[in-house]
Amino acid sequence: MATVTADGIASAPTGASRRAIQVVPLRGLPIVAVIVLGLIVSIAANWRWALMFYHVAGGGLWTGIDLFVGFVIGPILGRLSIPARAEFSAKFMPMMVLIMPTLVVMTLAAGFQLAVVIGNLDPTSVNHGWLVASFVVVGVMATIALGVLEPANVAVLFEMNKPRPDGRVIARLMRRFVYSAGITGAMQVATLLIMTRVATQ
Amino acid sequence: MRAQPSDAVAPEAPSPPVTQLVIGSLALVLVGGILMAAQFPDPPLTAPVLLLMGSAVLFAGCMVLLTRQPVFAWGVLAQVGRWALLAYVVIAGMIEYSFIHNHATGTPLLVLTLMLVMFSLDVALSIGYSVARFAEPAQR
Repeated sequence: MATVTADGIASAPTGASRRAIQVVPLRGLPIVAVIVLGLIVSIAANWRWALMFYHVAGGGLWTGIDLFVGFVIGPILGRLSIPARAEFSAKFMPMMVLIMPTLVVMTLAAGFQLAVVIGNLDPTSVNHGWLVASFVVVGVMATIALGVLEPANVAVLFEMNKPRPDGRVIARLMRRFVYSAGITGAMQVATLLIMTRVATQ
Repeated sequence: MRAQPSDAVAPEAPSPPVTQLVIGSLALVLVGGILMAAQFPDPPLTAPVLLLMGSAVLFAGCMVLLTRQPVFAWGVLAQVGRWALLAYVVIAGMIEYSFIHNHATGTPLLVLTLMLVMFSLDVALSIGYSVARFAEPAQR
């Protein structure tokens, strides 16, 4: 149930109607461990098919989720009431805490190894310039994701776990999360352009 | 009294520019990493080392600004930062493993390792500070 603060702004649900939020969904950790273990084995064995799978599957999901959150979920969330946003965020954000870093590691580690194995990282390769361009795009996205998006994600969860969450803080952090997801989503289009170019040269 | 859901967003509370500095520190270390990865296996060292030093200076600046705060939830920062650090040490470990697997050795490996340490500290501080700045002073 929503409560109203002194200045009339609705805050997130409090009291018995609200369950404590698990910031990191522990049930998901074994899945992450299996994925990371598979990635380590794939890199150790230079297993090209597996590296390609990790890179393409991870990158596709990373791009898709960024675009979906930034341009579909974000605008919808912006039009919801703060209690509704809080309810949605309580279910959505913990999953993002696990999913996004896992996808990023899958994509980048497998991609780097794939570039070495295929030879695209060689400065004489025709794809080298495109690869460096992709590093730059990923670098900008990583700065936004790790400096703004991920901290906002975690901070929202901690705010909602307080006995009296401040709806204004949640709204501000969610806005930051959605805007930065939108920016990284737009930058993912550049990654798609670069990667399809690299794959067809 | 009926709740009136509002889109009002809280004004930014006055706080030291820790977020900006830590993002700057992170950006410098990422640029250094890009320079090293782009020229792998023979990366340049001067520019990455300078960027690493710049990143460390900005990180130290963050810590100085935080210690000057009269009231700050240090306990929350330590609690959240510790777990974030653990998570990002695993991620940094994967990157380190990729480079070692591809025969990175000597000074380039040392510089890369220090960059990954800086990267992990930056992310841990960024996440920890974002939570701690909204924590109650009683949580110190």
